[in-house]
This record gives sequence, structure tokens and C-alpha cells, in this order.
Amino acid sequence: MSHQALIAILLLSPFVGFLLNGLRYRSQNYVLAGSIATGAVFVSFICSVMLMMDLIAAPADQRRLTANFFEWIAVGGFKVNAGFVVDQISSIMILIITGVGSLIHLFSIGYMHHDKGVTKYFAYLNLFVFNMLILVLGDSLLTMFVGWEGVGLCSYLLIGFWFSDAAKAAAGMKAFITNRVGDAAFIIGMFILFFSFGTLNMYELNALAPTTVEASWLGAATLGTLMLFIGATGKSAQVPLYVWLPDAMAGPTPVSALIHAATMVTAGVYMIVRLNPMFVAAPNTMMIVAIVGAITAVMAATIGLTQYDIKKILAYSTVSQLGYMFLAVGVGAFGAGMMHLMTHAFFKALMFLGSGSVIHAMEGEQDTRLMGGLKKYLPITHFTFLMGWLAIIGFPLFSGFFSKDEILWQSFASPRGSVFLWVAGAIGATLTAFYMTRLMALTFWGKSRVPKEVHPHESPVIMTIPLIVLAILSVVGGFIGVPHLIGEYLGHIPNYWAEWLAPVIKTLPEAAAPHTATQEWALMTTSVTLALISAFVAYRIYTSGKGTNEAIAKAFGPVYNVVNNKYFVDEAYFGGIINPLVKQSQNLWMYIDVNFIDKTTHVISDMTKGAGSLARSFQTGNMQQYAMYIGLGVVVVLTFVLMR
Amino acid sequence: MPETNILTTIGLEHYLVLSAVLFSMGMAGVLLRRNLIVLLMSIELMLNAVNISFVAFSKFNNNIEGQIMVFFVMTIAAAEAAVGLALAVSIFKRFKEVNIRFFEHLKG
Amino acid sequence: MLLSVVLFLPLVFAAILALWPQKSTIRHLALGFSLIEFLASLAILRNFDANSAALQMVEQYAWVPRFGISYFIGIDGISLMLIMLTTFLTPIIILGSWTSIADRVKGFHVALFVLQTAMMGSFLAMDAVLFYVFWELSLVPMYFIVGIWGGARRIYATIKFFIYTMAGSVLMLLAIIFLMRLTPEVTGGSISASLLDFYKLQIPFVAGEFFTAQTLLFFAFALAFAIKVPLFPLHTWLPDAHVEAPTPGSVVLAGVMLKMGTFCYLRWVIPLFPEAAEHFAWFFVALGVIGIVYGALVAMVQPDVKKLVAYSSVSHMGYVILGIFVMNQYGVNGALYQMLNHGISTGALFLLIGMIYERTHSRMIAKYGGLASALPVFTIMFIIVTMSSIAVPLTNGFIGEFLILMGSFQYSPMAAGISVLGVILGAAYMLWMVKRVFFGPKGEIVTHAEEDKEHALHDLSVREWVVMTPLIILIFWMGIFPNHFMDYSKKSVDHLISNKHNYTLEVK
Repeated sequence: MSHQALIAILLLSPFVGFLLNGLRYRSQNYVLAGSIATGAVFVSFICSVMLMMDLIAAPADQRRLTANFFEWIAVGGFKVNAGFVVDQISSIMILIITGVGSLIHLFSIGYMHHDKGVTKYFAYLNLFVFNMLILVLGDSLLTMFVGWEGVGLCSYLLIGFWFSDAAKAAAGMKAFITNRVGDAAFIIGMFILFFSFGTLNMYELNALAPTTVEASWLGAATLGTLMLFIGATGKSAQVPLYVWLPDAMAGPTPVSALIHAATMVTAGVYMIVRLNPMFVAAPNTMMIVAIVGAITAVMAATIGLTQYDIKKILAYSTVSQLGYMFLAVGVGAFGAGMMHLMTHAFFKALMFLGSGSVIHAMEGEQDTRLMGGLKKYLPITHFTFLMGWLAIIGFPLFSGFFSKDEILWQSFASPRGSVFLWVAGAIGATLTAFYMTRLMALTFWGKSRVPKEVHPHESPVIMTIPLIVLAILSVVGGFIGVPHLIGEYLGHIPNYWAEWLAPVIKTLPEAAAPHTATQEWALMTTSVTLALISAFVAYRIYTSGKGTNEAIAKAFGPVYNVVNNKYFVDEAYFGGIINPLVKQSQNLWMYIDVNFIDKTTHVISDMTKGAGSLARSFQTGNMQQYAMYIGLGVVVVLTFVLMR
Repeated sequence: MPETNILTTIGLEHYLVLSAVLFSMGMAGVLLRRNLIVLLMSIELMLNAVNISFVAFSKFNNNIEGQIMVFFVMTIAAAEAAVGLALAVSIFKRFKEVNIRFFEHLKG
Repeated sequence: MLLSVVLFLPLVFAAILALWPQKSTIRHLALGFSLIEFLASLAILRNFDANSAALQMVEQYAWVPRFGISYFIGIDGISLMLIMLTTFLTPIIILGSWTSIADRVKGFHVALFVLQTAMMGSFLAMDAVLFYVFWELSLVPMYFIVGIWGGARRIYATIKFFIYTMAGSVLMLLAIIFLMRLTPEVTGGSISASLLDFYKLQIPFVAGEFFTAQTLLFFAFALAFAIKVPLFPLHTWLPDAHVEAPTPGSVVLAGVMLKMGTFCYLRWVIPLFPEAAEHFAWFFVALGVIGIVYGALVAMVQPDVKKLVAYSSVSHMGYVILGIFVMNQYGVNGALYQMLNHGISTGALFLLIGMIYERTHSRMIAKYGGLASALPVFTIMFIIVTMSSIAVPLTNGFIGEFLILMGSFQYSPMAAGISVLGVILGAAYMLWMVKRVFFGPKGEIVTHAEEDKEHALHDLSVREWVVMTPLIILIFWMGIFPNHFMDYSKKSVDHLISNKHNYTLEVK
């Protein structure tokens, strides 16, 4: 089959699924709806695999399959095609999206079977996959932006899926509007790049990227990429626009797994990798990206320490892990960023689905304080979750270990890295190990705190299969990109990942400072040891039952309070921006529209009316007065005529 | 000393002055009085003032047309008096007075 | 001939309807007529040569030869799309008002058809006096539509609307007469009201001085059109008129009448007074940008859905003005596209609000809530239209807004930087409204309807489906294949942008 046809099927299959389910949205036949949706995504997955095989078969410098369907916009010199491209980067993304996506769809059949809106749910989910595929396959920034906004829309619909709950509807709205803030910057970024380089096509942009790095803050590449990055902070939930993601947990859990962990939120990372030559040319932007990534990684991890809602913990963990990815791309380790994107997709989707399984078992309860000891009720869920836990804390040889370690090493060793970034990353890793262990301990281990009326039970096969598959991927997924250093010890495993991406990744122009293998070993050992120690501490605290709310709150005092309240960021936004804005708008309306403009018009109309009533006072209806006016008029006219 | 004939010494100006005086009196009556009968009489006065100037011009210009016009005016004046008096009578019947403010009641 | 037929057919229909004896079939007849009119306008589309910037299908007959006034109409790429919009919306409006207009049905449809001719006339007229006649004529039926079939404060609203617009057009009339007196320079002695002769005029312009002929004429025209658009701060008639107008009135008003203002900037102001327009562009760009942000902010706090949409119109029309006055290809093409988008999406919003008003007799946002569970299909439609209104890609709104922002970025990055706030605020006010009306726990109205079985809320009827479907289709069609629409106008816009200093239209 031709590439065009494959790409078309890849894209349209979820869309057809969306239409099929969307048109019969009233149906409550969850098996049919789920089969259609899962099938649609699975078809896409098969297409992705076929495209990937084609790519692998092609010579390394020709690994790019394009499909141009039609000219979308053409105005003056601005031309954008509905063009899609599968290359080394997007092929990985489509595999993740459709692969993990299929598993999550499958899981949803079990998870959502009791919901009345199940068909609508699957329709939205397919629409999301469609938009996500547009995002990653689009060959220009604008086509990417189509998907970019499209996934935001689906996210809005799915977060607010149970819309009759005002808080959930509000969470959806918050997600969309926060994303819009980023999108507005993204639009400006596109303009800057277009008017500086004359195209929005990403390959052309990359080819046109300045070869010498821009030292100035006001260069086109720097400003353009900075604006795009602001867009990315919205979509990928980075400081300062991360606030929507924790709230987004209002959506169904599989949605959190698919959209808010595995795929959509990584779009920002993907965008930067996609445009890496442009970012490489803008070291200032890269610096910002790395710093924002590091801050996010640590800050979100600290908030994760204090949360009790199982999904909220995972949400902050996601924000934190996304921070790692930005840290990676910010120091120029694009391959490591992509690698972490993939492994994170595996283990975080796994853990979200696992938490879904737990919530399912707990009949909707999400508070970890009411769980504990679930290990014996949910053996499969527990075991798969355990794999995810090992992966995320970076236990050696699990997938997360390879990607996270590579990021930490690069943040230190890269010419654009620094020891501070490494320290932030290491702190983040330590905290991650702590809160994830805490999550495990509170949920699965220790004594059961489950209320008597709840009877936890293992989820059906349709839900455990995706868990098992993802667990396997979480364990072995990292071996595709084993760092050179470790690879040598493990029998010379080549770093397939780096080789695969090498043609599309631009190396940093700066020469790397010489680093020794000893340094790398030392840093790796340090971070792993720190993580393991903190995991052990967490294990001790939370399985022993000492880790109660009050005890910890007392121990840390006001610090705990600030962290527990998420640094009051939401409050600051509402108090500092949103509420004053609404209030000032009210004033604008009242004082400018109603009291100024309308009043002014009324004054003018009153003046006209006044003049009218003045003239009217002459029109008394008294004949004699009229005659007098005539007489006076005659006198005036006569005087005028005779005096001349 | 030549004999002064009063008829020959009276010139056009005198007639016109007389006419103007009568016209002004009539107009003042029309503008100021409220009694319909007086109004009608004042109008009559104004018309006749005009008539005087017509006749005077006719005489001094040796043109008969002015005198013809006077007949027209007199006819119109008669008609006007007839209509005006009829209105006055009907107003009087209704309001027992012939003040022109009662005409305001005619409007819808 | 075709153009005149399309132009006057509605007037003929109005006459037939006025004399039609049977009351019960008026609506069917009107719907049939409006469809015939739409088909006739499709014939224009077929015969139109999109590869030419010339004025096409020109018809010119002497009208008042002594003053050089003629019946002179023609169509180019810029007016074509607006004609199509007008003829497309009319059947939808008639079908949409099927139940909401209950009394004086005949009068309503007569007014609507007269209005249609008047609006199309002002798009097609190439003679200043003819244009003025149509421009003013359009006020009269609208005055009655708001004044007779409107809401509680309809008289206030309709008079405000009439006088605002009238006040502007008086100055314009003066300017037209002034221009006519200048024409002997270019026609060789005889006076002319033809727009083509106006184009040839070189009106003296001195930068920096206000009291020069071109500047004054420019402001006379610009003011008249700015009121119609409406441009901040002349917009306050719009919310009142929209709130009081019956649904079909709002749709015509938002859908077509506002575009008369923006269209005339392209047809009259820029080609006639290019130097003044360029010199004062910053002023209109600034007003456009203020309008975008201001309209959005004020829309956010409206308690009445219809008023919210009315203020969103102010915001959207701010984009159009912004696009026109940056005077580059992106801006003007985007502005023209945005005119169509706004006609479709705001028209659709008003229709939807009308449907819900018919069911609940309330437009207060606070009384709603939880409507989505009662009216699922309606909600989906509303959300689709909302997405178009806030310019989500693949809907029509995105193309227009993006191009306008792009054009304004080329003109001044700061203008783009501020107006891009409209993208955020647009999402904020629309989604906030959607949240309060459709989501959340069931509000007063929904609970009432659930208790009261007789007045239960029912989802879209077949008629309402038929009303909405073409709009929804167009929203996506225009968003996914903008070239299908823009190709008709690109040539004319390019011609205008590149030749505005010696603009002329070839006659074909």
C-alpha cells in the first residue's frame, strides 16, 4: 500500500470511529461502542507499524514518508498544505499514540461499561486520537496547531465528561482556557517564525534555522521558539501554566492515562524535538526551557508529596516527569527527552490505568487514606503497578532508569547543562521515589483502611490485559535506548534509540567539556542511591502507619501548609488575575458602556430634544401669534429690502 | 397768491399714509383683540386700507386696473364676512361668547 | 440582467406576499421564494469569473441623467461572497422564525424580502446615489422588524438603532454630494455619481492637517460605516438592538447588516481615500484592537445570553476592522473571510438562542444550568457553533482570525500581541457561558421543565435540524477547505491591496 493511503487510513480510522460512535451517541451498548473505538485505533496502530517497517527498511537518510492531501490555506505568500509526514520522530509518536491508545481504549470498555454516556465517551476518545495524530504528523506548525487545539478541545470534552458536576465542568473549562493562553503565544510564535523565515513548514524551518547560535534575546529564532515554548507550557502543563492538569483528573481515569499522561501533555516536548535545529540556534530559549523544566520537576514533585487523592498524586507526578522531559530538551538532549517521553507513556499510562483499576475496585473512591492493603485483593493490579513504580523511581534496568539517568547525565554533561540542573533533577528523582513509594504504601501495602461497605475485587480481564502489556513495556522498554556506558557492560547492546534519531537531531554546536566515565558512574550511583534511600524511608513511614496527615503536618509546620495548598498558585491566579479581570470587566460595562457612551448619546439626544422643545414653544396653535410672526417677518423683510 | 385747492394739494403720499395708518390699526386689531367680531371688523379695515391705496394708485397712475381690483377685494371681503360671521354665530351659540380661543376646541 | 433579477426578485416576492390572500400559506410561499432567490444567486456564482478582478455582470442605465446618476450595479469578488451569504441566510431565517414569529406573519416576510433587496443593493450598487438609496432603505424594514416583533424595550432599541445609523449616513450623503461636484474634473465636464468616476478622482491630501478635503471626506464615510460595523465606541446600539430584536432580526442584523459597514470600507473608503486611510490606519487598528478586547471583556460579564453574543459581535467585528486597516493580503483576506464566518457562526448562535428562548422564555444565564442533560443534541450543536465562534482550527472561525492576526502582526507586532488576547478571552466568555448554561447541576429552568410535564423541554425538532444543518456543514466546510470560498475573492482583494492608490475596476 502506498504511504499516502497508509497515512490516510491511519488518520481517518479514528475519525470514522468517532463518526460511527458519535452518530449513535445515545446507545448504551458498551461492547459495540468499545469495539468500534478500539478497532479504529487498532487499525491505526497496524498502519503505524507498517509505516515504521517501511521507515526501517528505507536507508537512514531517506526515512521520511510524506502525504500531501490538499492545499489548506493559500493567501499571498502564505501557503499551508494538509501535509503529513512520518519520519524518525513522528513514527515513534504514532506508535505510542495508537499502541498505548489501543490498550487504553480496551481498558475503557471495562472501566466505562456502567456509564450511560459510554458511546459518547468512545466517540470523544477517538476524536482525540485523530487530533493527536494530526498534531504529530502535521508537516507544518499550523497543521500541528490544528491538532494542538483539537486535542485541547477533546481534553475539554473529556475532562467535563460528567458535566452535571459543576466542579468537573469547571475543570474542563479551566483546562481549555489555560491551554488557550499558551496557544495564543504559540500563534505569535508562528507569526514570528513565518515573517522571519517565510515558511511554517517544519522541515523548511529547520533547514533555514540560523547556523550560528543567536546570542541576542530578540533574535527571530529566540523569540519565535520562546513563544512556541510558552505554548508548550500550556499544553504540557509546565510552570506557570500547569494548574489545569491536576484539575483535569476530574475526567474518567482512562482519559487521564491517555491524554493527561501518555500523549497530549507530551506534545510540547514533541514540538521542541521536532524543531530542534531551531531551538539549538536559540540557546537563550533552551536555557529557559531547561530552567522551567527543572523548576517544574521539583515543584510538582513536592506537591505530590502531600496529596492523598491517588489520581492527584499521579497528576503531579506527570507534571514533574514532563519537567524532566523539558529539562532534557532544554540542555539539548533531545533523544533522551523523547526516550523519557516514551517510557513515561508506558509506565504512567500503566499507573493511571492501575489507579483506574483500584478506583473501579473501590467503587469510585480515590482517597488513599481509605485504601491500604489492597495487594491481596488486587494481585494483578498490584504487580503491574509495582513494575510501573520500579520504572518511575528509576530502579536500575527498568525503563525509567535508562531514560531518567540519561537526562540527569546530560543535564550535567551537556555544554548547555549545569550542575544546578543536575542537582534539581536529582532532588526531583529523590522526591519522586518518595511520593511514589508513599502512593504504593498507602494504596497497596500496610494495613487495610478500606471502609466495611466496600468490597474490593480484581478487575475483569479486559482491564488487566492492558495493564500486563504496559507493565511488560515498562520493564523492557528502556532497552531500546541503553546508554553507551551501561550497554558496554551488558554485552555491547547498541543504543538503537540514539542511532535511529541521529539523522533528525542536530548536535549542539558547542564542544562538550570532557567528561569521564567515572563521573558518569558516580552521578548515576548517587542519584539511584538517593532515590532508593528515599523510597525506603517512605516505605518505612507509610507502611508503619506513622504517615498520618497530622503527624507530618506537625513535623513540617507552615512549609507543609504551603505545599499542601499547592503553593497557593491557583489562589494567586484567581485572586490576582481572574477575579479582578471579571470585576474590572463589570466596571468597564457599567462605567464605559452604560454610564459613559450611552449617557453621552442620551445627552446628545436630550440636547436635540431641548432644541426641539424650544422650537416647539413657538408653535402654540394661537392664530394671532402666527399672524404676529408673519407681520414681524414682513417688517423684517421690508426693512432689509428698503434699507439697502 | 394762488388759490390752493385742497383737492389738488393732496398727493399720493397722503393717501398712502392714510392707508398705512388704517392698515396698521387693522393689523393691531387682528393681532391683539380676542373678540371675533372685532377681528372681522379689523380685517375689513385692513382690506379697505388696501383698497384706498389701490384707488389712489389707480388715480395717480391713470390706470383703471387698480379700481377693478378693488371690486374683487370688496367681493372677497363680503364673502369673508359672511363665513366669518357664520362661524362667530355658531361659536356664540355654543359658548355664549365670541372669543377666538374657543376655536381651539375645533381641533381634534 | 442576472444581477438585476437577483437584486429585485425579493422585492417582487415582497409584493406578491403583500397581495397574497391566504394567510396560512404565507410562510411556505416565503420559504419557497427565498430558495428560488438562493438558486438564482447560485447562477451568479456559476457565471462569475474568479480569475478576474474586474467588475462583472455590469448593468448601467441612466436614472437622473442631469446629475449623472445612473442605475449602475456590478459584482466583484469582494461583494460576491456577501451576496451569497445574504441569499443563503434568508431561507434559514425564514425557516428559523417559523414558530417564533406568530403575529403579522405577512408583514414580517414582506419586510424581510424588502430588507434583502436593500442589503444586496448596497453590496452591488456602483453608483453613489443608488448606493445611498439602498443603504437607507435597509434601515426601514429593520426598524419595523425590531419595532414590531421585538421584545419589551423594542421601541427604544429600534429608534436608537435607526438614529445612530441615520446620523452617520447624513454625513456620508454630504460627502457623496461633495464628491459628485468634484467629478467634472475627470469626466470632462459632466457631473457623475458613478463610483468608477469617483475612483479616478485625485482628492488632495495633506498629511498632518485635519481640515483637508480627503481627510474630511474619509472621516465622513468612515464614521457612517463605523457606526454600522459597529466599531468601538459607537457600538452601544448593537447590544440593545440585538437583545430586543426577534431571533430572525438578530440573525439578519449580525449576519448581513453589520457586514454592510465593513464591506463599504473595502468598496468605498480605502479605494477612494487611500492616503487618508493609510495615514489614519493606526487609529482604526487601535479601535479595532480595543474593540476586540473590550467586547470580549464586557461579553464575559453579561447576564443575558443574547447580550453576551451581541458583545461578542463587537469583538469579532473588531477583528474585521483590524484586518481591513492593516491593509495587507493576510489582513484583508482574513477580514473578508471573517465577515462570512461571523455571519454564519453568530447567526447560528442567535438561532440557537432563539430556539431555547422559545422553549423556556428566558435568556438569563443564571436561570439555566444542566441543560445538556435535557437537550443533548441542542448542546452538541451549540458547542460546535461555540467552537466556530472561538476559532478552533478546522472550523471557519480559525481561518479568518488567524489570517487577520497574521496581517496585524505584519503591520505591528504589538497590535497582534494585544488582539491575540481576544483568542484567550473569547474562549473564556464563551466557555464560561456554556458551562453555566449547559453544564453543572440542573438550574431553575430545567427543574421546572422536569416537574411540569406539559412544558417539558424537547430536543431539536426536524425543522430545527434543517435550520442548523447547513450552518454546521458550512462551519466545517469553510474551515477545512477555505480555498473553495477564498478563491472567488482573492483576485479582487489582491487587486485592491496592490492598486489602492490608483484603484480602478475594469468593467466586464
